[in-house]
Amino acid sequence: MRHIIAVLLENESGALARVVGLFAQRGYNIDSLTVAATEDPTLSRLTLVTRGDDQVIEQITKQLHKLIEVVKLVDLSDNAHIERELMMVKVKASGDQREEVKRCADIFRAQIIDVSPTTYTIQVVGTSDKLEAFIQALCNTQILEVVRTGVSGIARGERSLAL
Amino acid sequence: MSQQNQPELLSGGAMLVRALHDEGVEYVYGYPGGAVLHIYDALFQQNDVKHVLVRHEQAATHMADAYARASGKAGVVLVTSGPGATNAVTGIATAYMDSIPMVVICGQVMSHLIGDDAFQETDMMGISRPIVKHNMSVRNPADIPMMVKKAFYIAQSGRPGPVVLDIPKDMTIPSQKFPYDYPKDIKLRSYNPNAKGHPGQIKKALQTLLAAKKPVLYSGGGVILGRASDELTELARRLNLPVTNTLMGLGAYPASDPQFIGMLGMHGSFEANQVMHNADVIFAVGARFDDRVTNATKKFCPNATIIHIDIDPASISKTINAHIPIVGLVKPVLQEMLSQLDKLDAKDDGKLDQVALANWWNQINQWREVHGGRYQQRAELLMPQAVIEAVHRHTKGDAYVTSDVGQHQMFAAQYYKFDKPNRWINSGGLGTMGFGLPAAMGVKLHYPDAEVVCVTGEGSIQMNIQELSTCKQYGLGVKIINLNNGYLGMVKQWQDMNYDSRYSSSYMDSLPDFVKLAEAYGHVGIRVTTPEELEPALERAFALKDRLVFLDIHIDPKEHVYPMQVPGGAMNEMFLSKTERT
Repeated sequence: MRHIIAVLLENESGALARVVGLFAQRGYNIDSLTVAATEDPTLSRLTLVTRGDDQVIEQITKQLHKLIEVVKLVDLSDNAHIERELMMVKVKASGDQREEVKRCADIFRAQIIDVSPTTYTIQVVGTSDKLEAFIQALCNTQILEVVRTGVSGIARGERSLAL
Repeated sequence: MSQQNQPELLSGGAMLVRALHDEGVEYVYGYPGGAVLHIYDALFQQNDVKHVLVRHEQAATHMADAYARASGKAGVVLVTSGPGATNAVTGIATAYMDSIPMVVICGQVMSHLIGDDAFQETDMMGISRPIVKHNMSVRNPADIPMMVKKAFYIAQSGRPGPVVLDIPKDMTIPSQKFPYDYPKDIKLRSYNPNAKGHPGQIKKALQTLLAAKKPVLYSGGGVILGRASDELTELARRLNLPVTNTLMGLGAYPASDPQFIGMLGMHGSFEANQVMHNADVIFAVGARFDDRVTNATKKFCPNATIIHIDIDPASISKTINAHIPIVGLVKPVLQEMLSQLDKLDAKDDGKLDQVALANWWNQINQWREVHGGRYQQRAELLMPQAVIEAVHRHTKGDAYVTSDVGQHQMFAAQYYKFDKPNRWINSGGLGTMGFGLPAAMGVKLHYPDAEVVCVTGEGSIQMNIQELSTCKQYGLGVKIINLNNGYLGMVKQWQDMNYDSRYSSSYMDSLPDFVKLAEAYGHVGIRVTTPEELEPALERAFALKDRLVFLDIHIDPKEHVYPMQVPGGAMNEMFLSKTERT
């Protein structure tokens, strides 16, 4: 099963390498990983998307906890949460295609953020499923490049991951 | 007056050495080189912290490791960058696998050279990351005292482990001085090992044990590390529990006690493995259900309710699901159990099921008769088991025994009946050949009056035999019991059992004359080739109190270690000899 784990990490050099290394050493999957400093510059927040049965996920969270620089973590999938991912897609857009791609982008509430005589660059924000669906919808269009940020997640309501 | 309250100004190298002294460090084991020369110069200019010069950095790590295993305090290693640091890697991994507190100080090239493939540069932070509890690189010399404190705190608290401190050479320049102040204690917001255990869970565990009809106490290295032997022993006696120790836990419960049923696992006793398999309650204390204990996890102890005490939550339900998990240090958890038991006793409550336990002990005593540690005696050949029993007699069972890895290690574990904790010192998790001699040295240095015996084989001893030179330099009178069968015995045993005795690279041709070799290093060598020679040789060896004696003991080359679990089977499926199987 897919899980989204949010981690508060000391913002120190090598801390991220420890997290990534742990997944490699113990053979855990990483579907995506995003990381950046928080409003407190001494802390980084990391969102990890991983897969595994309950036992594997339990081990992942315990092993992450063991890392000295991990301050707190939560499996967001345990409760109601919001997840977002940003994607930029560069597509061939000339002739009839130009109008069709624009319509498709509108339907997905995507934005065209860069234009050239032969290309569009489109920005889409949403769940990973929505991003996948947008790529599917572009099946008649020549995709030149896709870049995704990976998932960021946050709990709904008053629940929060903070010190 | 105010002048005196000013903190002293010290260089990074001097601060490091002073911090080690303030931490109570007496010995550092190491090897100098370019990146640590400033530190070595600082060592030279004081007398509080003594340095032991090994002949290979791996030996320095094993010395520090063994000191920690015997004393409970972190051992300290000092090596240079590049090859100095990489030579220490095996020793760091050895300590990591067995949760041994250790602080390894590695030199590093100057900060501005890092990343340039400079002379003797390796990314020791990267290399050591998977085999340390934590590692840190010094960025500012003024941080050195705090970082040393942090290194010891992390290494020694919670589930202990090695910590690497990487120090670029420019952090220790003698002319650059900083105010020195060693912190009394340290708090980390991201690291706070839970110590006491949940009282509700502890109560539940106690109730389960009181109601058990076929209980067993399975205790491991955590009891030794957690210095909880006394509590464990008292609890086991009050609850009338049969006790089995893991390889790492030997000595945590006295082997000569009637409730002790031997080591468990791959080469565990018949009765220990039977008791585990048939138990209704398994009380695991500071043990981690290692694959050398459980055999096939799917067939593991089908009827047991499992209580598991461990300071590391990740060790609980990792391979075997625990029904009653208790996260905490074993000592306070066992103390809480004992005090709850006192309260029950005071109310005349919490009675054991005496009838069921009597039946259980009856069954256990029958199992004890089945194998009972028997081995074949031969008139013409020395049996390794008999050698260990003789060593036990000559040392009155009170020696520190270190070992290397292989058949001799298992024979020592099975036949040297350890009655005290911290006396059996071996590489259990990583299985590091070459561990035994430096380990013995580390113990002997700190306990010069104690008898320290290294049980080894002709394969393992050659992996760090250069340390005979260090032994001479520091007058380390350890006794080396070299069980010489001319083969890599455990490899050969597997080749006998699984590869139709095709001895692929397991025969050791061209062995040195170990007696002459020992003499060449300035020690005493004694060769033993027949059973009659053993007793006088041991007598002579142990009479030479301050000398290193290398006993090259030629043993039956065909002997196997039994019992041995059938690979892929349940706990209680075992070979009992070359011809018997359960």
